[in-house]
Amino acid sequence: MTLEPREHTPLWLVVLAPVAAVAASLILCSVLILWTGQPVLKAYALLLGGAFGSSFGIAETLTRSTPLILTGLAVAVAFRAKFWNIGAEGQLYCGALAATWLGTGMINLPPVLMIPLLFVGGAVAGGVALLLPVFLKVRLKVDEVVTTLLLNFVILLLVSFLLEGPWKDPMSLGWPQAAPIVDEGVLPVLLAKSRLHLGLLVGLASAILIWAAMRWSIWGYEIRAVGLNPQAAGFAGIPVNLTMLRVAMLSGGLAGMAGVGEVAGLKGYLTLDLSPGFGYAGIAVAMLANLHPIGVILSAVFLAGIYVGADSMSRAVNIPTYIADVLVASSVLAVLVSLMLVRFRVRFR
Amino acid sequence: MDLIEVFLTAGFWAAMIRIACPLILGTLGELICERAGVLNLGIEGIMTAGAMAGWMWVYQGGDLWGGVTFAAFVGASLGLIHAGFTVYLGLSQHVAGIGLTMFASAMSFFTFRMMLPSSTTPPKIQGFQQVKIPGVSDLPFFGDAFLNHTPMTYATFLAVPVVMYVLYRTPLGLAVRMAGENPVAVEAQGIDVLAVRCGAVMAGSALMAIGGAYLTMSAFDAFYFGMINGRGWICVALVIFASWRPGKALLGALLFAGLDALQVRAQQFAGGAIPYQFFLMLPYVLSIAAMVVMARRARYPKALLVPYRRGERH
Repeated sequence: MTLEPREHTPLWLVVLAPVAAVAASLILCSVLILWTGQPVLKAYALLLGGAFGSSFGIAETLTRSTPLILTGLAVAVAFRAKFWNIGAEGQLYCGALAATWLGTGMINLPPVLMIPLLFVGGAVAGGVALLLPVFLKVRLKVDEVVTTLLLNFVILLLVSFLLEGPWKDPMSLGWPQAAPIVDEGVLPVLLAKSRLHLGLLVGLASAILIWAAMRWSIWGYEIRAVGLNPQAAGFAGIPVNLTMLRVAMLSGGLAGMAGVGEVAGLKGYLTLDLSPGFGYAGIAVAMLANLHPIGVILSAVFLAGIYVGADSMSRAVNIPTYIADVLVASSVLAVLVSLMLVRFRVRFR
Repeated sequence: MDLIEVFLTAGFWAAMIRIACPLILGTLGELICERAGVLNLGIEGIMTAGAMAGWMWVYQGGDLWGGVTFAAFVGASLGLIHAGFTVYLGLSQHVAGIGLTMFASAMSFFTFRMMLPSSTTPPKIQGFQQVKIPGVSDLPFFGDAFLNHTPMTYATFLAVPVVMYVLYRTPLGLAVRMAGENPVAVEAQGIDVLAVRCGAVMAGSALMAIGGAYLTMSAFDAFYFGMINGRGWICVALVIFASWRPGKALLGALLFAGLDALQVRAQQFAGGAIPYQFFLMLPYVLSIAAMVVMARRARYPKALLVPYRRGERH
């Protein structure tokens, strides 16, 4: 079996590839649903209905997609430069820590200033969480995959310490949670009778900004060049290390803002279960979008729909919610293969 | 109790051995994959799948060694998927590995929930029991610390010389190491690089899965969600710490496990002066520190992360 690059790629193939990939993972999950003894089509109808079938479902899906857009962007930006940041989960919590630190009575500001301050603070904190991995990568060539991954565990334990110790809200009846964000810092709700908050607009704006910056700005060009070939980029006079640092700050910052949105928009206070793995899901979001910032929006909504839909499906029929994780993971793997087949032709001899 | 006294208790050394075993198996597995030129970030998921598969086999009435074999089979199958993606299709090893971890973990959790729909407390199995070696296990201190373990523990320590022998003393091992250093030279010998890499990834993944199964069959006797808890990632760090050598990997895993066992005991006589979270952070911080220390001397396999395509210039 050999692979040869395609000289030109037909448009129908580019469009069809991700669709075929998702279809393939739906077929795989059908087997699992058959195992549960439930009718496959009904289960998928329930999943779709739960995610997009009602205004409540759509609002929930968009609410769930808010952190996924931001963590997806964080991963997409980093992977574009071949900076393997797997630590979006930890950076999200750093953003949440900063929002809690700034937003629980430390400063008094009107909402117009308070909300931007929380987002900036969260972004800085998320970036700071990546300083050590990027420094170790650039200076000592320590693999950033492992450092960012391991820091997730460290940061989560730090949050646990703060919530059970110095930051524990005395009004919380013993639950390990921080004091609530002051009213001025709470993100406004976008849709009456829903949990959809301003964070979604922040996510959408970030996606568009990142897309434009990657496409038209010099920094964006440098990031893409370093990702494609760091030696050539360095030879052409692009400051490779500085670009890596910029990518890391951008990536960590985006993940940090996701944490701010969850604390100040959704929950109102910091808990240890703030994120059910949004950082890791962000990797899936970015991969499904083929690292394209606008694609991230679509794939975040798609993934959020799967999670929200699977929740309501498992309430209606007896299928474990883990089906959502299987669906997401198999989609990611299938999309990887399909994208490769778009670029290469397989020849059997 | 004093910190020095800890080292004089047999329980500490026995705990170190127990903690080290899954790390030794996982690190050896990752090492074999990387020596052949393939980074396997599926390790966390493969260990989860192995833990689930081995446990489930025994829970359904199978015998213990059958469970280990089944876990190895599941691991090798997942390894085949990873090899298919990275070796044959040449996809990014980082991305495919993370995708595989997600897939393997999700499948394990789904399967567990399907087979045990309504269990709040995870049921236990009768796992491997401690086996006394006649004569030596009754030695004071030494016997309790090192010679009173489960058969799986002894097998783990036996695996290290076996892997060393195969990697360094057999033509197969030479082919594996060359596939990770200079695949063109392997091809020139008329050996199929892709097949060697695929085999190495499958064998390595089988070892990782057995490492996961150790936790459910020889340590906790039950399967919990999230029980691997970063052990796979720590193994990836340990491979770097060991500079891709099985002997140093054993040392690294033992050192690491010793510090982990010490950490648990230090918590007790820290008397709450230091919050327990900081002790729990130690394994992760130490892994990072270990990589920093070894980074300058690290000698990566030259063809690590580089997909091989026949007839392409390298």
